[in-house]
Amino acid sequence: MKYVDEFRDRDKAKSLVREIESLVREIDIAKERPIAIMEVCGGHTHSIFRYGLEGMLPKEIELVHGPGCPVCVLPMGRIDDCVAVAERSDVICTTFGDAMRVPGSRKSLLHAKADGADIRMVYSPMDALALARKNPDREVVFFGIGFETTMPSTALTILQAEAEGITNFSVFCNHITIVPTIKAILDDPDMQIDGFLGPGHVSMVIGTNPYDFVAHYYKRPMVVAGFEPLDVLQSIWMVLKQIKDGHAGIENQYTRIVPEGGNERALDAVYKVYELREFFEWRGLGSIDHSGVKIRESYAQYDAERKFAMPNIQVADPHACQCGSVLKGLIKPWQCQVFGTACTPETPLGALMVSSEGACAAYYQYGGVKKQAAAS
Amino acid sequence: MNVIPLNRPRRKLGTVSVPNVTLAHGGGGKAMKDLIDDVFISVFGGGGPDALEDQARIDLLDLTKLGDRVAFTTDSFVVDPLFFPGGDIGKLAICGTINDLAVGGAKPLYISCAAIIEEGVPIDLLRKIARSMAETAQVAGVRIVTGDTKVVHKGACDKVFLTTTGIGVIGDGISLGVDQASAGDLILVNGLLGDHGAAILGARGDMALDSPIVSDCAALHGLIAKLLEAAPRTRAIRDATRGGIATVLNEIADASSVSISVNEELTPIRPEVKGFCEILGLDPLYLANEGKLVAVVPQNEADAALQALRSDPLGHDAEVIGEVTAGEPGRVTMRTVFGGVRIVDMLVGEQLPRIC
Repeated sequence: MKYVDEFRDRDKAKSLVREIESLVREIDIAKERPIAIMEVCGGHTHSIFRYGLEGMLPKEIELVHGPGCPVCVLPMGRIDDCVAVAERSDVICTTFGDAMRVPGSRKSLLHAKADGADIRMVYSPMDALALARKNPDREVVFFGIGFETTMPSTALTILQAEAEGITNFSVFCNHITIVPTIKAILDDPDMQIDGFLGPGHVSMVIGTNPYDFVAHYYKRPMVVAGFEPLDVLQSIWMVLKQIKDGHAGIENQYTRIVPEGGNERALDAVYKVYELREFFEWRGLGSIDHSGVKIRESYAQYDAERKFAMPNIQVADPHACQCGSVLKGLIKPWQCQVFGTACTPETPLGALMVSSEGACAAYYQYGGVKKQAAAS
Repeated sequence: MNVIPLNRPRRKLGTVSVPNVTLAHGGGGKAMKDLIDDVFISVFGGGGPDALEDQARIDLLDLTKLGDRVAFTTDSFVVDPLFFPGGDIGKLAICGTINDLAVGGAKPLYISCAAIIEEGVPIDLLRKIARSMAETAQVAGVRIVTGDTKVVHKGACDKVFLTTTGIGVIGDGISLGVDQASAGDLILVNGLLGDHGAAILGARGDMALDSPIVSDCAALHGLIAKLLEAAPRTRAIRDATRGGIATVLNEIADASSVSISVNEELTPIRPEVKGFCEILGLDPLYLANEGKLVAVVPQNEADAALQALRSDPLGHDAEVIGEVTAGEPGRVTMRTVFGGVRIVDMLVGEQLPRIC
């Protein structure tokens, strides 16, 4: 495939790995402990496992799989709320595919569907709006999830609904924003991250400037990275280069997609439709200030939380679940006490086991070597 | 393969004059007989001496001339949509049943067909499906010899469900089994993978992707006969249907307590299917096929096996994609195009598209 195969070139990978190896030899901390690099975004986690990148890197590099899988960080209570709305007979609930399996405290959307709720998988919020057009006597609710990557498409769909005067469409908004969460991780006293791979798709919308604090206040290098395996390797090299040079800056490896200032039109739609919530609950990480958005008062008629009496269920994460420690890089997935035993992709306890972007599911699915090590 | 001509019926067949199926067509009376005559008997044949009986009668002596074991299989088909690029539910049912027999080394002979029909389905649609079944069976040289129809209330099934059962005979000395793979054996596939799964997803039309991908739905018994002739010590053959080749490879690795290592670079997948999977976040290794087999062949017969496969249009793009190793039992790994190694595990549940 043109424009894809070029970024999966084995020979280029080999020479990049050699350069990474020689760079690591010049970094002093690597002589005492592994260099910890967190990939913030679940898309990177997926690429790392899909292409077996961990096995190609020198053992002095430890990849920490961060909180950037929007499906994984959804708390159980929000799933419970969505199930409650979906179970209403006047509602067609629409959702992205991988949110279907996320466990709620009662059931997942997949189970609710099996029990008779009208839940449909869509590929875009515009598909949900099309369903609303086709079913004027039903309320079509879109389960809006994701970071700034998917936020604009939901916002534009609401604006489109308004332009068409469609009244039977609403969004259950669970969109979250990555910057406060990176900050929360950096503020954690147990934090042991030497550098970051910044999220590529989020940055396509917000640009690279919002990450400046990572370098300025926390003195950690960050490289906004693309998702092809060569992108990831090159970005790791760029982070290491900064560490070696004793430098901390925000660099952009994904220049073919990410403009420094972001996408103005997308941001306009985002600001028009949403405002920051005071706080939002993250699975595994707890409540983080200003980390979620809600629909503004002026678009209240498209806000499922205002349209329906949401049970607004608060559910604590299961006790045995150590998703939070995995998300912060304190333990590896296989070090969690329930990894592969009480928590498997068939019966996920923690959300990191649900999506293929979740660190635990990725280890379980692709990283069998470590899985075995955990079992023995 | 000899083509067995369908018997022309001797009695006068009933016809259906209404456009759609109603519950009356399942009632057991004249309407039902007319439906069966018009839609099924008219194209399946069925004028033999046992045409009016409740069962097909098969001469044992004829079977024993072909081998020493009867192979017996059944499968249900609920595909949505009923018609898709490269096939339809009827063709799928016949090919699927033939393939389930053939991968055990059997010569497929007889098939039964049970149809569960939702009231309201157009009779013409049923005629089209039955014709497709009859044509597929005729080309493949198998006979549809018995069947059943049931009509259910609107909503109790989705238009038409088919269940086909097949009987075949396994020739003397043929002994294929997924538990027979051993270190050093090679893994072959007969062509491009994932076409059926991608074609069906594309044909559902709910993702606004204009996809040119056509299902690979095909009967593989002729190809398998050639393969077994060229590589008589072939250990195992499986058709890689639901769950794709990833699932089949895991089944073989599990059953034989071996490791299997495949090479992504050698795994044939057409660019359109790769692109389709890239966009939707799916893995082509898990996409269904309906005309693809995985064969485990000892190293010294692999060249002959590959040539035999490639000599047939259904195996034109055959490749050796990997090998059986003595590694950890049950483990399937893939060397990626990028040079890394990843685990190829069984799929948990359905493949769900990733959010971004």
